[in-house]
Amino acid sequence: MSKSEGLYNSGVLPPEMYEQHEPPKELWESKKNGLVIVECPQRIPCNPCHTGCPTGAIMEFADINDIPKVDYSKCTGCAMCVAKCPGLACFVADLTYGGDEEALLKLPYEMLPLPNEGEEVECLNREGKVVSKGKVLKIVEPWKDKTKVVHVAVPKSLVMEIRAIRVVRSR
Amino acid sequence: MKNTEVLVIGGGPAGLSAAAEAASYGAKVMIVDSDLRLGGQLIKQTHKFFGSAFERAGTRGFVISDMLLDELKGYGDRVETYSNCTALGYYKDDGVVNCMEGEENYFKVLPKKILVATGAQERLIPFPNNDLPGVYGAGAVQTLMNVYGVVPGKRVLMVGAGNIGLIVSYQLLQAGVEVAAIVEAMPRIGGYWVHAAKVRRLGVPILLEHSIKEALGKDVVEGAIIQQISPGCGFIGEEIHVDCDVICMAVGLNPTCELLWQAGCEMKYVPQLCGHVAIRDRSMRTTNPNVWVAGDAAGIEEASSAMVEGRIAGLSMAHELGYVEDKEYREKSALYWERLNALRNGEASAKIREGIAQVLMESSGGMER
Ligand SMILES: Cc1cc2nc3c(=O)[nH]c(=O)nc-3n(C[C@H](O)[C@H](O)[C@H](O)COP(=O)(O)OP(=O)(O)OC[C@H]3O[C@@H](n4cnc5c(N)ncnc54)[C@H](O)[C@@H]3O)c2cc1C
Ligand code: SF4
Ligand code: SF4
Repeated sequence: MSKSEGLYNSGVLPPEMYEQHEPPKELWESKKNGLVIVECPQRIPCNPCHTGCPTGAIMEFADINDIPKVDYSKCTGCAMCVAKCPGLACFVADLTYGGDEEALLKLPYEMLPLPNEGEEVECLNREGKVVSKGKVLKIVEPWKDKTKVVHVAVPKSLVMEIRAIRVVRSR
Repeated sequence: MKNTEVLVIGGGPAGLSAAAEAASYGAKVMIVDSDLRLGGQLIKQTHKFFGSAFERAGTRGFVISDMLLDELKGYGDRVETYSNCTALGYYKDDGVVNCMEGEENYFKVLPKKILVATGAQERLIPFPNNDLPGVYGAGAVQTLMNVYGVVPGKRVLMVGAGNIGLIVSYQLLQAGVEVAAIVEAMPRIGGYWVHAAKVRRLGVPILLEHSIKEALGKDVVEGAIIQQISPGCGFIGEEIHVDCDVICMAVGLNPTCELLWQAGCEMKYVPQLCGHVAIRDRSMRTTNPNVWVAGDAAGIEEASSAMVEGRIAGLSMAHELGYVEDKEYREKSALYWERLNALRNGEASAKIREGIAQVLMESSGGMER
């Protein structure tokens, strides 16, 4: 098993698959509020990302097993899908947020404790390694169903690396 | 002796859906379930479900259970429910089912139609010390945490990376329990990729082509030895010591089928459906004309498909009892089959499709079956 095969087969998107999951560069760089990144590469019977998207940016599924397809021109970065997707496979990245240095990620969060707004948290990559610190800007609960969406400022170079946060507090 | 038109054995998503469907047409239904609460597996499922909007995808399992129970309440006296009540046996000659409610109340039921929706049982695998306290089935861990609010331990080794192993690992993390690792014998995860991604990004390693060799500890689990395995050659490579106080087995389920054997239903061993299952027609009726089957008892699958199968069985029982017009029956049954086929269309369901093809019989007489 090659390294990237081993990664993929255990649930980690290998770097050579990033590009096909990224929104188109030009639009992404200028889109205020950000664009969605959907990391759902396997055909499974599931479609709440589409049914939960208010703009139709995640296109209708001809077959419920289809891999989600995105019309980025319709995406508003609202992150309703981030909170709806049972696979926690949708993320929003806003590249217009922090100049050249920073970007804003909207990540699903279902753990305890909840971070506070303004708190510094650890940012984890797809294998759970801490790759940077990040500052929590806002926490919302779009569907009022306990799944939170955490807005976190992260180093811009890591928007395709960071996929989770961890709250660290000394006890 | 109690009488009822429809007896539903097992109040999980399959049984509750069947009861709701049959009662919606006017049939008198009795549901018995061994558990203290109706809902089957759903009551321990705190995660959001997959599937389509029809089957309430994106909704948490226990909420789906509440929705089904609410639907049943709407049918008032027509639906009678017994929890903490086990169907013990079926007497083929007179069609009587005997039940035990709690530890005292023994009674017999003479139903006109029976649905067996008894769900599944967990498998275990043999390894030295697998009888130590601290070795759990994933279902037990889920029940402890999500029904009773008790954590099973501090640090868990999960065996099996199917959906259950992956989801229970995630729920352990949510409960503040560490997951040392997930070992999976196959070269890839068996569950949905997105479920694996969820636990990977929280730092849980998934060791493919690895399995548990031995549990360590004298009176309770104090650790485990895991090792790489190679297909056909067994254990290879170095033994790895894992520090843990819980070993959680998520190595698969078998359909709970004893009552179907007793009912004389024609059974078949179908590996794709994870064990012995009853041959059935498209209305989920078995070769015993008074017995239907649905859900995991008919083959290990999903709650989403269990609910549709339950609807089909409920509709068919109501039809047999004369509550449903032929035309309505045909149309609705076609609609449910469309949904079922849609759910089973993906690559993750290839196995299910192969399995179903082996147990679906053309027709057992009567109409449209
Ligand atoms: C961790 C986990 C996660 C899952 N996630 C999903 C998911 O995201 N989406 C999805 O669609 N599915 C999911 N499933 C699968 C789903 O839970 C099952 O497929 C579904 O519950 C099967 O429904 P059922 O009604 O056939 O059986 P069950 O829910 O198992 O219910 C059977 C009931 O029958 C009762 N019973 C058994 N024998 C008797 C008897 N003799 N007398 C009386 N009562 C009896 C049992 O007590 C039980 O309550 C998951 C399963 C697990 C374990
Ligand atoms: S961020 Fe909003 S608009 Fe964009 S895909 Fe998700 S739900 Fe649709
Ligand atoms: S809701 Fe999530 S898991 Fe389901 S298809 Fe959409 S992206 Fe994939």
